[in-house]
Amino acid sequence: MTTTPLLDATGVAKNYGAVAALRNASLSVLPGEVHALMGANGAGKSTLVKILTGAISANAGRILIRGEARDIRSPAAARRAGLLPVYQEPSLIPDLDVLSNLRLTGTPVEPFRAWVRELGIPDLDIRDTARDIPLAVLRVLDLARALAVEPDVLLLDEMTAALPANLAEKVLEVVRRQGDSGRAVIFISHRFVEISALCDRATVLRDGETVGVVDIVPGVEEKIVELMLGTRIVKTHVAARSAAQKASPAPARLSVRNLRVGTKLNDVSFDLRDGEVAGVVALEGQGQDELFSALAGSIRPSGGAIEVDGQPAKFSHPIDAIRAGIAYVPGDRAEALAMQRSVRENIALPFSAALRNWGPINMRRERAKVVSAIERLQIDTRAQGEVQRLSGGNQQKVTIARWIAADARTILCFDPTRGIDVGTKQEIYKLVRELAGNGKSVLFYTSELEEVQRVCDRVIVIFGGRVVDIFPVEEADEPALMRAAYGLPRGAKADVGILADPHSSPETAHASEPGATP
Amino acid sequence: MSHFLRRQGWVAGLLAFFVALFIITKLIQPAYGSGDFGSLARAVLPYAFAVAAQTVVVIAGGIDLSVAAMMALTSVTAASMMAGASEEYALFVVPFVLAMGFVLGAVNGMLIVVTRVPDIVVTLATLFVLQGAALLVLDAPGGAAAEWLKALISGTVPIPGLPDSIDAWIPKALLVLIVCLCIIWIPLRRSRLGLSIYAIGSNELAAFRSGVPVKRTRIIAYALSGLFAAMGGLALTMGTGIGAPIPGPYLLASVAAVVLGGVALGGGKGGLLGPIVAVFVLRLVRTDLTLLAIDPNVTAIIEGAIMVAVVMFGAFITMRGRQ
Repeated sequence: MTTTPLLDATGVAKNYGAVAALRNASLSVLPGEVHALMGANGAGKSTLVKILTGAISANAGRILIRGEARDIRSPAAARRAGLLPVYQEPSLIPDLDVLSNLRLTGTPVEPFRAWVRELGIPDLDIRDTARDIPLAVLRVLDLARALAVEPDVLLLDEMTAALPANLAEKVLEVVRRQGDSGRAVIFISHRFVEISALCDRATVLRDGETVGVVDIVPGVEEKIVELMLGTRIVKTHVAARSAAQKASPAPARLSVRNLRVGTKLNDVSFDLRDGEVAGVVALEGQGQDELFSALAGSIRPSGGAIEVDGQPAKFSHPIDAIRAGIAYVPGDRAEALAMQRSVRENIALPFSAALRNWGPINMRRERAKVVSAIERLQIDTRAQGEVQRLSGGNQQKVTIARWIAADARTILCFDPTRGIDVGTKQEIYKLVRELAGNGKSVLFYTSELEEVQRVCDRVIVIFGGRVVDIFPVEEADEPALMRAAYGLPRGAKADVGILADPHSSPETAHASEPGATP
Repeated sequence: MSHFLRRQGWVAGLLAFFVALFIITKLIQPAYGSGDFGSLARAVLPYAFAVAAQTVVVIAGGIDLSVAAMMALTSVTAASMMAGASEEYALFVVPFVLAMGFVLGAVNGMLIVVTRVPDIVVTLATLFVLQGAALLVLDAPGGAAAEWLKALISGTVPIPGLPDSIDAWIPKALLVLIVCLCIIWIPLRRSRLGLSIYAIGSNELAAFRSGVPVKRTRIIAYALSGLFAAMGGLALTMGTGIGAPIPGPYLLASVAAVVLGGVALGGGKGGLLGPIVAVFVLRLVRTDLTLLAIDPNVTAIIEGAIMVAVVMFGAFITMRGRQ
C-alpha cells in the first residue's frame, strides 16, 4: 500500500497580472522524508513556498494535508494545519524580546529552549531584544521556534545560507532527525552537497511548472541540472568579437583585488578590461548585489582594493565612482530614474547635476548631448514628458543612455533586461556590444544564462560570496554555467546526457536533448 | 536589573530631567509648593490623555492627526449632555462618551485598513470631520459638567497613614491619570493584543508571518487611541466645567511628547510611561519660562530647542552604548 502524503499540492498556479509566476506546480511530501525543492532563479520556488504557507493565495490548484483538502488563507491557518515555514529573512519581531516573540506565536517556551540548546546555542538569554541578536543566531532561533510546536511539515528556505559551519552542521543534523521521526521537511537550498547528504527526494521546478521528481542517489546532480534547464538549451551564437582585441588584451580598466563586503562577499578578485564585456553569473543572493554596490560606491567594502586604471580608488559615495567613470545601471529602473520627470531631464541628470556644474545649466550643450543619446539608442520618445509612461525596455534604454551622454567609461549592468520584451532585449544586447566596440568596459550580471553567450566575452561565476570560476564565453554554454553557478567543479565533465561533452556544438546538444529528458 | 535599566533607561533619564527641572523651579520660585504641583497635574491631564492616544497608534506604526479634534468633540458632547441634567445622569454620560471615542477611533482604523489610504491622510480628513461635528454639537463654548466629576480632579485624596505634608503632593488629578492609564495599559501590555500592536509597528511582514491579524490589530490600536482621546475630552470638561468646540493645542503637543518620551515614530518601540513623563517635563518647562517672565514667543523657541537637544542627546547615548 502507499502511504498518504503529508502534503500534496497539485496544479498550483499563480498569476501576477499577465505574468504567470506559477503555471502548474505540484509537490508531494511523504511522512519521514526530507524533500528538496529546486529550480533556477525565477522558476517559482518562492512563489510556491508562499502559497503553501499562506502568505499569498493561489489562483488555482489543490492542496491536501494528510489527504484532506485545506484552504490555507493566512500564515496562521498554515500553522494550524501543521505547516511551518522558516523564511530566508528572520521573522522574529525586531523590537520585541525573544520571550515576547514566543508568546506572540503561542510557542511553548521549554521545548523552544531545548531546541535552541540542541541547535548549538547554549547561552541564549530569552530576554534579549531580537534586534540585538546576530543574524545567524536569529535564523537558528526561527528554526527552534518552528520546531518547538512540532510541525508536521517544516519548510526551510535556504536555511543554512547565513550560518557559520558549526551551526549549519547542527541544523542539518536536526533536520535529518526530523525526517527520521516521521515528520517531513521541505528543504530549499542551492547547495548540492547539503541536498545529497540530507534529502530523500527532490522536486524540480522550471518556469513555474514541476518538471520532475527524482530520488537523491549519487550522481543525480547532473540530472537535476538537466531538469532545471530543460529545453531552454537552444542554439545561441557566441557574440562576435573583434580579432584585434583577442590578439592583444587591453590593460585592466578596473581591477578588483580580494574584495570583501561583510559576510556576503569574500575575497573576490578579477580584472575588467577596456572594450570587454565581462559577465557575472550567480544564483540569487550569492554576493553579486554587494559586489555591484561596492563597485558603484553605494556601500563601502570591508576589505580588499578596487583599482581604476591602475590607481587605487576608494569610493565613499556614488559620486566618487561616477567621477572615476563608473556608472551603475540597476535592474529595477525605478531605482535609477526620476519616474515623473522627462526623458531629457533623466538623461541630463548625471552630468548636469554634478557638483562642479552648479549654477545655470548650459542648455544648449545639454540639449545636444541628450538628443544625440536619444538618437543613438532609438528611444521611442512619443511619451517623453514622463519617463514612467515609457515601456520598461525604453526606460532601461534611458538609464543606459544617460551614462553614454555622461561619457562613462565603465558601465555596471545589473540584470538590465529584467522584465523587458524580447525585441528590446536584442537592442540592449546590441547596445552593450557596441559600447564594448567603442572601447568601453561593461560588467554584466544576468539572471538569464542564455544572455551570457549573446553578450559577454568572459564569465565570472560567483557562488557563496567567492569567485568559483572564470572562463571564456566559448565554454560558457548553459549547462556549464548552471553547474558552475551551483558550485559544481568544472572538471567533472565526463558524465551522462547532454552534459557528456560541453565542447560539442550547440546543435548536437539540442539534438540529444529530448532523449535525455525523462 | 540591568535589563530594567537598559529598557527603561530613557524613562529614567527623563525622570531625572524632571526632578532637575523641579529643583530649578524651586530655585526660581522658592514658594512653589504642593498647590502649584496640583495645578500642574490638572493642566497636564488632558495633554497626558492626548499623548496616550498618540502613543498607541505610533507604537503600532501609524499616526493619528485627529486626536485633538476627537477630544473637542467628546468634550462638547459630554458638556452639552450634562447641561441642565441631574448629577446621576453623568454616570451614563461618561461611559457613553468613552464608547463614542472608541467607536470613532475604530472607524479611523477601518478607513485606513479598508481604503488603504495612508493613515496621515485619513486622520487628517477625520480631523476636519470631527472638528465640524464638534461645532454642530456646540457652536460656542458652553454646556456644563456634573459637580462630582469636577470634584474628581480637584484637591487631594486623604490617604490614611500618610502625613498631610506628603499627601498634599498627591493631587487627585494625578491619581485619576494613573488609574485610567493603568486600567487599560497594563492588561494590554501583558496580552497578545499588546504584543501584536508592537509587532505590526516593528515589522509588519514579520508580524504577518508570525500569524498576527495585522488589519484587526491596526483597527484596535486606533480604537484605543479614540478611547484615550475621549478620556482627554472628558478631562477637558472636568477641568473647565464646559465644553469647547475648537480643538486645543493637543495634537502637536502629543507628537512632541511621544518623540521626547522615547517612542520611535517609525513604530514598534517605546512605552506609555516615557511620553507621560515627557508631557510633565514639557509643561514644567513652560511653567518655568513663565515664572522667569520670558516672552511667550521665545518660550516656544526654547521648547523646540529642548526637544531637539534631548532627542539628539538620547540618540548619541544609544550610539555610544552600542559601541
